[in-house]
Amino acid sequence: MRHIISVVVENKPGVLTRVAGLFARRGFNIESLAVGTTETPDISRMTIVAEGDEQDLEQIIKQLYKLIDTMKVFDLPADKAIERELVLIKVAANDKTRQEITQIVDIFRGKVVDVAETSMTIEIVGDENKVSGAEKLLTKFGIRELVRTGVIGLMRGSAE
Amino acid sequence: MEISGAQALLESLKHEGVDIIFGYPGGVLLPLYDAMYANKDIKHILVRHEQGAAHAADGYARATGKVGVCLATSGPGATNLITGIATAYMDSIPMVAITGQVATPLLGRDSFQEADLTGITMPITKHNYLVKKTEDLPRIIKEAFYIARTGRPGPVLIDIPKDVLVNKIKYKYPDKVELESYKPNFEGHPKQINMAVKAIAAAQKAVIYAGGGVIASDANKELKELAEKCNFPVTTTLMGIGGFPGTHELSLGMLGMHGTAYANYAVTECDLLISIGARFDDRVTGHIARFAPNAKIIHIDIDPAEIGKNVRVDVPIVGDVKKVLQALLAKLPAKEKNQPWLDQIGEWKKKFPLSYKKEGGLKPQFIIEELYALTKDRETVIVTEVGQHQMWAGMFYQYDKPRNWISSGGLGTMGFGLPAANGAQFGRPNALVVDIAGDGSIQMNIQELTTAVNNRLPIKIFVLNNCFLGMVRQWQELIYDRHYSHTQLCNNPDLVKIAEAYGAVGLRVTKEEEVRPAMEKALAINDRPVLIDFVTAKEENVFPFVPPGQAINEMIID
Repeated sequence: MRHIISVVVENKPGVLTRVAGLFARRGFNIESLAVGTTETPDISRMTIVAEGDEQDLEQIIKQLYKLIDTMKVFDLPADKAIERELVLIKVAANDKTRQEITQIVDIFRGKVVDVAETSMTIEIVGDENKVSGAEKLLTKFGIRELVRTGVIGLMRGSAE
Repeated sequence: MEISGAQALLESLKHEGVDIIFGYPGGVLLPLYDAMYANKDIKHILVRHEQGAAHAADGYARATGKVGVCLATSGPGATNLITGIATAYMDSIPMVAITGQVATPLLGRDSFQEADLTGITMPITKHNYLVKKTEDLPRIIKEAFYIARTGRPGPVLIDIPKDVLVNKIKYKYPDKVELESYKPNFEGHPKQINMAVKAIAAAQKAVIYAGGGVIASDANKELKELAEKCNFPVTTTLMGIGGFPGTHELSLGMLGMHGTAYANYAVTECDLLISIGARFDDRVTGHIARFAPNAKIIHIDIDPAEIGKNVRVDVPIVGDVKKVLQALLAKLPAKEKNQPWLDQIGEWKKKFPLSYKKEGGLKPQFIIEELYALTKDRETVIVTEVGQHQMWAGMFYQYDKPRNWISSGGLGTMGFGLPAANGAQFGRPNALVVDIAGDGSIQMNIQELTTAVNNRLPIKIFVLNNCFLGMVRQWQELIYDRHYSHTQLCNNPDLVKIAEAYGAVGLRVTKEEEVRPAMEKALAINDRPVLIDFVTAKEENVFPFVPPGQAINEMIID
């Protein structure tokens, strides 16, 4: 089962390696991992998407808590969390296709952030389904390059 | 006044009550060794291999309960500590390992003798530090000792670049530790403790299963009180040996792969298993689904990650073993003896005692029994290497007090015993320290004989020499059709001559009647180590033996 795990850690060198290493050592595959500082600059938040059953999840959370730099760990349940991902897609474009691409981007409430003679670069923000949906529709134009930030997430309301 | 990082390090260690360091010098550590030249407060023990330093610090920690400290230079010096650090990590031993590192401007350039020690030791330390600024050094030392000794103890590594040792600071040692994110939970939850009280009241056939946590938490008195109050039999893990008196009528000895038959039967039949500071290691549980199949399980552990890791638990209690047991005992009414259950255990004890066949050469079990008879009234610390001799030493010697049994459990480190015995003897100078060894293990860190000789340590090294890697050979015999592939050590050197060459006393014993006189002779020598090479029966096996993958009641008993 797919889990979104949110890890609040002290913003110190080596912490990312400790967390990622813990997943690797215990045989958990990380699907995506996004890190950034929080409202407090010396605290970072990592959002990790990983596969595992409930028991795996419980163990990984406990192991994460064993790291000295870990402050809080949350499992973000799909129905109670806001999840977002940013993707940049560079698609092949020409005079004939540019308009159609722009229409698709509009439907997904994306943005064209760069236009060149033979390509367009598009920014889309959304959950995994939305991003994948846009990616699928744009494939026929020819995707030149693509980068995803990985999921970030927060609990809705004041649940945390 | 400003002092150098090296001096600040020594001052900080002094603040932490460190009086002994096991180490080995090297280029980047020269500022520190120079600072030690004038320092009389901290004794430095020069080992002959850094692995010996780590195991000595570990043995010291296990024998005393204090934090052991070892020191090695950058690169190869530091990587030589790895096995020792991993050993301490697996057995939750409080240790601070200090390593030298290339100067900060040289970091990350593959400089001479550079190795990424924080990277390498991440999976085998409780925490580690690379000190970038001298000003951080006192705080980091304070934190490292706090982390090493609190909660579930473990090794902490501090990697210190050469310039950090040289630069000067205004020294002030912090009064307290401020770690936002590290707050171990010591008190068990009252609700869970109440649940445990209920489960204990309802139990008919309970067994206590005690591990190294009892010793780490200094909870042996509480454990004894619990066992006696409820009349529950107690089995211990390898790490828990000495946590409950081995000669007590409620003692079942060790359980698991080489546990006693009666412990394994009792655990299989019990309706309540109270796990105290133990972690359900695979060597204990055997086939996990068939481990204590009818039992409710109470699991007391300071490390929440241990709870539910390997077995399902009915009553989890996270907290310091001593504090949890005290809280539990305060609420627990005395329980009537369940005589039929104790009688059943008594029958198993009678029917399947630990035993061995007396004929067929000098038996290692006999040697251990003789040692016990000779030393049971003295303060004796038994240290072991890893293998068959380790199991026999655990089975045929009785340990009534904690910290008198020192053995590498989780990692199973050959070469641990001799340096750990050195460390134990430094920590407990008045105790008799005996390293029970195999001929394979003793050769892994035999250079540490020099450390013992130079420091006039009267340790005794009893090699149970069967010219085999005995435990591996036993598996080859029982599981691999006697294919003794590379386990015969037929060209062992003459260990008596080796001992003599190092300046120790060497003796050889080949017959039963020589055992006692040789031991008496060894015990009378107090100014240097003595090695006795016991030439034992070659193909003796450790029984009971639970073959891998079997349930623990499916033993080969003899």
